[in-house]
Amino acid sequence: MTTSPITRKRVRGGVGDSPLRIDGIPKVTGNFAYASDLYADGMLWAATLRSPHARARITKLDTAPAYAVGGVVLVLTQEDVVGRPGFGMHVPDQPVFADGECNYWGEPIAVVVASDLPTAKLGVEAIDVEFEELEPLTDMEEADARDSQTRRMKIRRGDRDVEGAVVVEGYYEVGQQDQAPLGNEAGLAIPDGDGGVDLYAVSQWVHSDHWQIYPCLDIEPEQVRCHPVGMGGAFGAREDVSMHIHLCMAALRTGRPIKMMYDRAESFVGHVHRHPARMWYRHEADNQGRLVKVEARLILDGGAYESSSNAVIANAAYFAVGPYRCDNVFVDAVAAKTNNPPAGAMRGFGGVQTAFAHESQMDKLAAELGLDPLEIRLRNALGRGDALNTSGQLIEGSLPTAELINELDAMPLAEPLDSDDARHLPGGTGLTTDPRHVRRGVGYGVTLKNLAFSEAFDDYSDVRIVLSPIGVEVYTAAAEVGQGMVTIIQQLAREVLQIEQVAVVWADTGVIGSAGSTSASRQTQMTGGATHQCAIELREQILAEFGGDDLSGEGVWKDGELIVTLHEVCESGPREHEIRYRHPETFATDENGQGDAHPAWAVAAHRAVVDVDPELGLVRVVQIDAVHDVGRLLNPVAALGQIEGGTLQGVGLATLEELVLDRGVIKNANFTDYLLPTFLDAPHVEVKWVEEPERWGPLGAKGIGEPPTISAGPAVAAAIRNAIGADLIRVPILPQHIVGA
Amino acid sequence: MIVSFTVNGEERIANVSGPESLLTVLREELGLPGSKNACEQGECGSCAVVLDGAVVTSCLVMAADCEGSEVTTVEGIGSDRELHAVQQALLDHGAVQCGFCTPGFVVTAAHLFEENPHPSSDEIKEALSGNICRCTGYGAIARALEELAEGTA
Ligand code: FES
Ligand code: FES
Repeated sequence: MTTSPITRKRVRGGVGDSPLRIDGIPKVTGNFAYASDLYADGMLWAATLRSPHARARITKLDTAPAYAVGGVVLVLTQEDVVGRPGFGMHVPDQPVFADGECNYWGEPIAVVVASDLPTAKLGVEAIDVEFEELEPLTDMEEADARDSQTRRMKIRRGDRDVEGAVVVEGYYEVGQQDQAPLGNEAGLAIPDGDGGVDLYAVSQWVHSDHWQIYPCLDIEPEQVRCHPVGMGGAFGAREDVSMHIHLCMAALRTGRPIKMMYDRAESFVGHVHRHPARMWYRHEADNQGRLVKVEARLILDGGAYESSSNAVIANAAYFAVGPYRCDNVFVDAVAAKTNNPPAGAMRGFGGVQTAFAHESQMDKLAAELGLDPLEIRLRNALGRGDALNTSGQLIEGSLPTAELINELDAMPLAEPLDSDDARHLPGGTGLTTDPRHVRRGVGYGVTLKNLAFSEAFDDYSDVRIVLSPIGVEVYTAAAEVGQGMVTIIQQLAREVLQIEQVAVVWADTGVIGSAGSTSASRQTQMTGGATHQCAIELREQILAEFGGDDLSGEGVWKDGELIVTLHEVCESGPREHEIRYRHPETFATDENGQGDAHPAWAVAAHRAVVDVDPELGLVRVVQIDAVHDVGRLLNPVAALGQIEGGTLQGVGLATLEELVLDRGVIKNANFTDYLLPTFLDAPHVEVKWVEEPERWGPLGAKGIGEPPTISAGPAVAAAIRNAIGADLIRVPILPQHIVGA
Repeated sequence: MIVSFTVNGEERIANVSGPESLLTVLREELGLPGSKNACEQGECGSCAVVLDGAVVTSCLVMAADCEGSEVTTVEGIGSDRELHAVQQALLDHGAVQCGFCTPGFVVTAAHLFEENPHPSSDEIKEALSGNICRCTGYGAIARALEELAEGTA
């Protein structure tokens, strides 16, 4: 054992810093490998035949003409599925390929494998397929009336007969938003030569893919290994299986590596979208603006298959009222099943839809009572020790709603428009807007979201930490979709172990257990929590063994003296520790939606300032002031990036983005017609944090992925209403909704 | 047909069979996957390259039209060891999340700074308005490039 005069230094890049992300250099130089960049020797390409109808019976499916195309080696259809016929996040209700009938436009019917992509596409065109078109069910209310749904949710809390002095009612609609991650779906499957397969395909949760894939292939679980892979964003679009089973089937049948890559048009049908919604609300309040009763009816269109509709509709119902106290709440919510493209996860997950409605209702109430919009929210602010308005669950964790509202109120308001530079006007350099006609509006959105998985889901994350003389390795299957999980893991490991050199090893399903989904704003708390806890336990083991009181990159310390070097610690045996981290247990709610369904919540408060040209219906979102509930700020730069990026997706939903469907057919499946916010559409965003530590998770940190998207949309909608003095009941708010409103 | 052109300072030859885009040839034939394919409609800028002195969306350029041309892709802007100032600024400001848009931003911004070393904030936004970023909300990208514009003043 050595003693040494080295003095202890604090490690760099720990909690509270914003260290550079390690994947940043390859990303700026173009060297980072995304799924679409993967390549294997001898690789074949595959392409998909998709249904041209929203609902149809397949009357003929002859693949022989595809085989006649030179270079085509295999055509797969549902007949080739040897195991379980279908897959699904929650229930396996979606066949791997259309099974005799097509239930949505774009449903896969066959996959053609060929020497290259153009040849595979020629093979797809050559397939001889005929349909008998059937009448599609594409209206969510009609589906509800016909009892076609995946889940019905009921909230019955309190007394339905109580009445408030003021009543406001409203009907609201939310259009269908696409996640539009910039990287399209892509993947590579490589057969292992032993009847198994390694899959490298875009995913927010490789273990969920794994659980869905192997039963369809009818092979042992360990024969399929799903690997985390580089991907160009996710936002919910990568939670469901898309090409995964097709790739594995093709690789196993041909014995060759198989690559697939959807183009943008195919991507629009190749992943699930946000649920469009119709919502009817009635709020009753006393003379002081305190909520007395809220009643709501919600219909979300889940499309043709279930995906995660069961959980999305539950969220819509549980967060139907927002972060406000109310003892009498009655909600009927249904996820309709139609012949529209399937809907599933998108950032905000059910909360986005109801947030637009409940915030519109709060503004109506404020107007009715002559109260300031923030004042009415403050009077009702939900917090720790209250019961959640819908489920009645006692809020034990952090929920600083009132603090957020007060902070937001204290932020300075954006400067008035003082320029006639077209770039600062609604409509921009189209030079259409006369600055004298521009009207400014201000609006607010205060919203609530659950963090991590709810309703008795066994939600966990496995992490393994391996210590060596050159540093720390953290093994996880958590998906890095761009959010910066890689840095958060490093920071937490550094903070505890005080060793700067931390490598994150993205491990496949054969190497480590599930980290759960990179969704529900959960990875900072779940995989971050697992990393933190695992590091603490490993540190304690080592300190106990060597009788030290501190650990660092140099080794074990006691009373300020180095007593063993890290090298010696690692020489004396493997230094490895693995844990499974769980959040506090949650429960299914009863038939009235009552119970302890959630492990934690976060609140967000946004103020939007907009300029509107009411004659042309053009909007410029000038500024968003955002206050966020982060529990404990682990990485300011990463958190800011989540807030700014999430905010712009909310702004997009409020002002631009909508999938246009005509009898189940998407009419704008491209970036020319599905408009995303550009640099010139992006508002200036000012951000403040409130740090009230959560009762679980790493150092009290809370997830931050979804709340900004939920709050920004309602704030923008309210600001546009404020500018033009009209009621707007639908997002996105397009020029035709403003002109003449 | 055979097309010969200069890519990142090197003479390259591509065997073009028909209407392939410059993007496809760069990615699939010349081993330069840094330029990204996100829309193939000229709408997102992920595939931006400099072609004979101008920024273009390489998904809309026919490779067959590039005979004798000079092309610079993201791979030609900087290397892991020697980052271009634009790359360093994006990295330093946390302007890279998924990074799928980043090559397009790097190419377009590097070209902007070459033509105009001190762009105003509005000029930066306008020059990059053809590049979609779905992750960052553009805030960090703006801060990175605004600081660069001031720093080189
Ligand atoms: S891929 Fe070329 S502009 Fe989008
Ligand atoms: S960082 Fe993901 S699209 Fe820009």
